[in-house]
Amino acid sequence: MVSFKQRNIISIRHFNKEELLYILDLASRMDHMDHTDMLKGKVLASLFFEPSTRTRLSFESAMKRLGGMVIGFAEPGGTSTAKGESLSDSAKIIEGYCDIIVLRHYLEGSAQLAADVVKIPVINAGDGANQHPTQTFLDLYTIQKTKGTLEGITIGFLGDLKYGRTVHSLAYALAYFGAEMYFISPPSLRLPADFLETLKDRKVKCHENESLMGISKRLDVIYCTRIQKERFADPIEFEKVRGIYRLSKTMLEEFGIKDGLKVLHPLPRVDEMDDSLDATDFAVYFHQARNGIPIRKALLAAVLGAVE
Amino acid sequence: MKHLDVAAIKDGSVIDHIDSKSTLKVAEILNIQNEEQVVLVGVNLTSKLLGKKGIIKIEGKIIDQKEVNKIALIAPNATVNIIEDYEVVKKFHIVVPEIIEGVVKCFNPNCISNYNNVKTRQHVVSKNPIKLQCHFCERIMSAKDIVLI
Repeated sequence: MVSFKQRNIISIRHFNKEELLYILDLASRMDHMDHTDMLKGKVLASLFFEPSTRTRLSFESAMKRLGGMVIGFAEPGGTSTAKGESLSDSAKIIEGYCDIIVLRHYLEGSAQLAADVVKIPVINAGDGANQHPTQTFLDLYTIQKTKGTLEGITIGFLGDLKYGRTVHSLAYALAYFGAEMYFISPPSLRLPADFLETLKDRKVKCHENESLMGISKRLDVIYCTRIQKERFADPIEFEKVRGIYRLSKTMLEEFGIKDGLKVLHPLPRVDEMDDSLDATDFAVYFHQARNGIPIRKALLAAVLGAVE
Repeated sequence: MKHLDVAAIKDGSVIDHIDSKSTLKVAEILNIQNEEQVVLVGVNLTSKLLGKKGIIKIEGKIIDQKEVNKIALIAPNATVNIIEDYEVVKKFHIVVPEIIEGVVKCFNPNCISNYNNVKTRQHVVSKNPIKLQCHFCERIMSAKDIVLI
């Protein structure tokens, strides 16, 4: 039997297919539910060591819509971290003030470290370039809702595949559903070799390309990502790849698309996706961002034991 | 009388069946330059199992589990013999553990284990060839990425 009670949500690797589907089903029920008191008296600590709009606000909104309360910070400047406190110490102290921790941090593995030192559940809201599991749940939910199924889709990941944690998490999850994957990026931003090997070990049909040309007609879903300036140690390297892709309605019409194509993007976008796409039937990224609420409500309710 | 390519020791440890090319790395793990008693190192010795093998004999030292765990990552086929008065009193094959702690540095410079004095931890996802997955950042290291602490 699937149970999420008191579990950490650190990496999509920690969940099997049945568990992923359980959360998507619960989110679907939450989608039609208004405010409840299901988490009344519970406190969420929202610890964001890195900037965020969608993830932080949708977690806070989800918690409040379930009757819970939120404490925390949106940037570490005013905290003891600025005085040199370690993440382990901060987590152990904050554990005493709340029932669940939601953590975003620029270092990879930080959520796992926090989960190892506290007894309450920890939800990873993004750890460096590693994982962003709640984004993956909402990406899966969006694909399921807009395509009608998760099984056997062909997906093209476009943009920053090296540092794009949402790409890593989603590709790992879609491997459960027999997806065929195209990884489209400049050579310097390819998927890390060890991650590609992991997918191939799981029998995923993977292709690496530098352009959408000739590929777009095969895709059920395009998952576009921003090239993240903040992940580059060397600004010259960023300038070399900045603006290398600009997905537009004209480009897709020229290259050709499959009927029913959907374009997802974890947002924010900068210049990799043209506004001309917004009014098309295949643009689902704003809908995708809204799906953060039912998914995060489902995860909070399940982890805090408000649903069985 | 059996001919020995590398002379016998009276008391101590013998690490045998090391893949020949890894012999000096194992010697480094065992910190032999700081040993005060006799240390014998042989490379490119004939081996039925490996073709060519390495061997290290250290007088007066019993190697500990932490050292065995480190050797396992570099030379998974090695055996360890404990010698007393020229006799083998204990012999064991090196076993790669399921989890490695505080031995290997994570190769990912952005991993939390490279900050805040966090004790490194890796899960062994493949023993031969060796592949380690960082408990924290989840990146997978192969033999070429392994840097010992």
